Amino acid sequence: MSITYKKIRQIVGPLVFLKNKHDVHYGEIVKIRTEGQENRIGQVIRIDEEIIVIEVFEETKGISSDNSEIIFTGEPFKLKISNDMLGGVFNSLGQPIDIHTKKLLDSEIFTEIEQDITGIPINPFARQYPSNVIQTGISVIDGLFTLIRGQKLPIFSGQGMPHNKLAAQIVTQAKVLSEEPFLIIFCGIGIIQDDVIFFIEKFQKSGNIHNIISFINFADDPVIERLIIPNVALTTAEYFAFKKEMHVLVVLDDMTNYAEALRELSSAKEEIPSRKGYPGYLYSNFASIYERTGIIKGKKGSITQIPILTMPNDDISHPIPDTTGYITEGQLVLNRNLEKKGIYPPMEVLASISRLMKDAIGEKNTREDHADISSQLLASYSNALEVRDLISVVGEDSLNLEQKILLKFGNDFENKFLKQRFDENRDFSKTFSIAWEVLGNIPKNQLYRIHQEFIDKYYPKQV
Amino acid sequence: MMKTSNQIGHISVGYISAINGSLIDVKGIENHTRLHDLIKISNHNILGEVIQIYSEKVIVQCYENTSNLSLGEKVIDLEHPLSMELAPGLLGKIFDGIQRPLDDIYSQFKDNGFLKRGVELPPLSRKKKWHFIPKKHLNEKISGGDIIGIVQETSSIKHYILIPPKKFGTLTFIAEEGDYTIEDIIYKLKENGQENSFNMIQKWPVTKRRPFYKKEKATEPLITGIRVIDLLFPIAKGGTVAVPGGFGTGKTVIQQSLAKWCDADVIVFVGCGERGNEIADSLKDFEKLIDPRSGRPLLERVLIIANTSNMPVSAREASIFSGITIAEYYRDMGYDVALMADSTSRWAESLREISGLLEEMPAEEGYPAYLPSKLSSFYERAGVVQTLGTNNSEENREGSLTIIGSVSPPSGDFSEPVTATTKRFVQAFWALDARLAYAKHYPAINWLDSYSNYSEYISNWWNKKGISGDELELNWQECRNQVNEILSKENNLKNVIQLIGEENLPEDQQLELFIAKIIKEGFLIQNAFDNVDNYTDVDKLMEQIRIILLLYKEAKELLNQGIIIEEIKELKIIDDILRIGSSIPNNEISKIAKITDKLFDEIKALKHTHISMGEK
Ligand SMILES: Nc1ncnc2c1ncn2[C@@H]1O[C@H](COP(=O)(O)OP(=O)(O)O)[C@@H](O)[C@H]1O
Ligand SMILES: [Mg+2]
Repeated sequence: MSITYKKIRQIVGPLVFLKNKHDVHYGEIVKIRTEGQENRIGQVIRIDEEIIVIEVFEETKGISSDNSEIIFTGEPFKLKISNDMLGGVFNSLGQPIDIHTKKLLDSEIFTEIEQDITGIPINPFARQYPSNVIQTGISVIDGLFTLIRGQKLPIFSGQGMPHNKLAAQIVTQAKVLSEEPFLIIFCGIGIIQDDVIFFIEKFQKSGNIHNIISFINFADDPVIERLIIPNVALTTAEYFAFKKEMHVLVVLDDMTNYAEALRELSSAKEEIPSRKGYPGYLYSNFASIYERTGIIKGKKGSITQIPILTMPNDDISHPIPDTTGYITEGQLVLNRNLEKKGIYPPMEVLASISRLMKDAIGEKNTREDHADISSQLLASYSNALEVRDLISVVGEDSLNLEQKILLKFGNDFENKFLKQRFDENRDFSKTFSIAWEVLGNIPKNQLYRIHQEFIDKYYPKQV
Repeated sequence: MMKTSNQIGHISVGYISAINGSLIDVKGIENHTRLHDLIKISNHNILGEVIQIYSEKVIVQCYENTSNLSLGEKVIDLEHPLSMELAPGLLGKIFDGIQRPLDDIYSQFKDNGFLKRGVELPPLSRKKKWHFIPKKHLNEKISGGDIIGIVQETSSIKHYILIPPKKFGTLTFIAEEGDYTIEDIIYKLKENGQENSFNMIQKWPVTKRRPFYKKEKATEPLITGIRVIDLLFPIAKGGTVAVPGGFGTGKTVIQQSLAKWCDADVIVFVGCGERGNEIADSLKDFEKLIDPRSGRPLLERVLIIANTSNMPVSAREASIFSGITIAEYYRDMGYDVALMADSTSRWAESLREISGLLEEMPAEEGYPAYLPSKLSSFYERAGVVQTLGTNNSEENREGSLTIIGSVSPPSGDFSEPVTATTKRFVQAFWALDARLAYAKHYPAINWLDSYSNYSEYISNWWNKKGISGDELELNWQECRNQVNEILSKENNLKNVIQLIGEENLPEDQQLELFIAKIIKEGFLIQNAFDNVDNYTDVDKLMEQIRIILLLYKEAKELLNQGIIIEEIKELKIIDDILRIGSSIPNNEISKIAKITDKLFDEIKALKHTHISMGEK
């Protein structure tokens, strides 16, 4: 049963105000029909005895107080989902589109279920703590910031840095030894068309991918739709992970655009901002997206998330990366200076971390010395960077032997361990052997973070 | 659309008149309801709390998502505030912010794993029988706080069944020793001619502190097993500490280590607005790890409250008070209880979100003006207390409640409102430093910015413990002083090094730097994930720091005798000293004495070559 309103009281930014005349449901979806324009969709975000407030997902442009009809559906936003979606590309509302023309496709998708896109939280007690290592074939990630199935591990990048390249390399090389491949869900949020085409072509060529579903909000699509597309993508992910028992890897690109849309909406609602104009609920709102990741006890599937975000002015303390880092299980931070030095992936290792690796690596899963190696590499690299700073003050000549060793180690670390080709896929044992080669710069007795038995076993023989 | 409100019997009923996020307006109960009363939206089984009352309506904050609600839906005033159900069976459980049993919800709706809205289950099992041993006799006069009987709740914890505060009278009935559910009547009290029946359940409103006889001074340390804390920034049983730090600086790891290893009897772990996987992590560890004191899984003395970041914000606000109420209840039995809240910032943010919806006038950064009073009402519930209960020597119980709250300042900025306000209400402050974390110096507790006001109170405990050994050995306080001195000298020298380089400093200053480095690498840094290093007991702690200070003392002596610093740095034994943390378990500290012997041998040899070189 749907009810139609013909009179709009007021329009402010993305918000439309109506006089309340019937029993609306909080959060229900409305359709907005405007003469000579395509139908739009909105959602009820506030009701009292006088007024209904609707947030319009697409732009409110062209809507006026007497040229539009508002049709109440009586239902929240429900996404139509089925197996037919595999391989498809969809817009924010889950309608199939063509990435080259950006046009809607006519094809009807068979609907298996209709699912409310607002995420329901996973019962923390029902969570299975993630512990399966994903090999990405990228030394710095596998060695130092191991990705775990069921983890949310974002890439903090900046304008023009190779985050898309890195994400594509992770996704195409990612594998869990002896397990079925991933279903990739790619969610473009305010993304440019070239990047979409880059990703999808890259994914299609990869053998480690079971299938791809893409949800795209292009850079020139309505801003407000950016707020629903991650939930559309994640609702689909939950269906395939927990109903179809598949391992799903979700790439969200770029969450900065999402946050900016949220700020725009918040200011239209005249809410009191907290930092840099972002609303106080940025944290809870981000969490409602990022926490839709993980594994549920007794179910075979999983959701792993790689959100990408560009840090405004490369500033990691900006509310977007800062709030993200507080929710995700680590972060991979890219650094512009390393990129300028020609190092790919330009990973700022000291700012990066994977919080779930501690229980997942080691003897049974990767190798017995993995934890020690990673902690030693990071500690020594941090010392090496201090020495580099010192050179700028006292000059290279006044360094003592220990400092010279560290300097050499630091350079080797960057050029041999960190640096890697875009198409180079190193397995764990290759990564560990490079790590030991680089650690071989440092005298045995100074490897305080490594247990003696591993030094005895793996320290390179001097030639 | 207007519906009239009415009262069915004594139940007062109203209806929804507006919806805005988690806030709803309710009309029809404004004349009967009290502030903080719980309400229920009956069609959906959603609970909420009355937070404002006006002449024509009340404002309710719902503990669950409000989507799909409509105006006019029926609302029942439950006529009591949010209260905790206190009875045997709490330990080992995991609740959400309003005490819904997450474990039972999972087992009843196993197919799912998601938290559906409107689930209603009792917090504690109604069927389970507990073995009750009565401790009072008929016709005894008893009052609030007295122990009426004992239930062995888990193999490590006896649950003392207490007379609720403010109740008193003559015991007219007491159940015999036997097995009872928490709902069975186990005693009756006659007061002014009126007889009241009691079962094992007490209900206590979460925002009201549980009464005690009197507050005492904190004199005993809460031993954490984390070296930098136990030596430099100790916390007392009954104390308060804030752990602020940007993301990734190690707040959660510290909270989890404390939950696992600190020497409190009961742990209440409140996961407030943080990650779901961290709760899963803690649970798995608590189930797996064996409590060294009882030989049983840690979970038997732990209770978890989990309201993760994606769970409803209003329940997050409640979670902190729910946790503290349960903690006070065990304190009242005479236990040392420690409550970890990770993170109090998320709780403050929930206040801010609700305040924003109410369109209240904000103070700083959108936080409501009542943030300080809310924060202090939380931290003030810590302390060492003499409990209620008959004042005879047998029953004089002392309990303590320690609060360890993590704080998550945006961009690690400690001047932001939550960190700055918290600082006013806590006695210890473990400042986590992103630079230390980047350099993989964990725990990243900055030794210059952190402080603890408890060291004076507890130094006697360390002395009495007799850990000071023979008179040649440094006691706890002396070790602290020396370490602090060395670290602060190092800090002062930092600027000089930046100008002239370390090599150009006088030898004695180079030694200070060298020892500071050993203190950092070989003592302050502690790997929470290493099976040996993760917990250092008090004896090992003292041995480990003493050997470093011994090296310091001897090295100064060597410098005086003309031996150069480079030679000292090359002593072989230094590697062994640096590895003590992860190579020598707590029960093998005699090995440290062996290292000390070797240290003396090497020093002797060094002196010897020096003398013989001088003779030539
Ligand atoms: N004591 C420690 N020993 C080893 N690693 C640590 C320690 N403390 C923190 N870490 C590392 O830092 C990461 C982040 O710590 P966490 O406590 O989750 O930070 P926060 O809660 O402050 O965001 C951990 O996953 C771990 O890798
Ligand atoms: Mg944390």
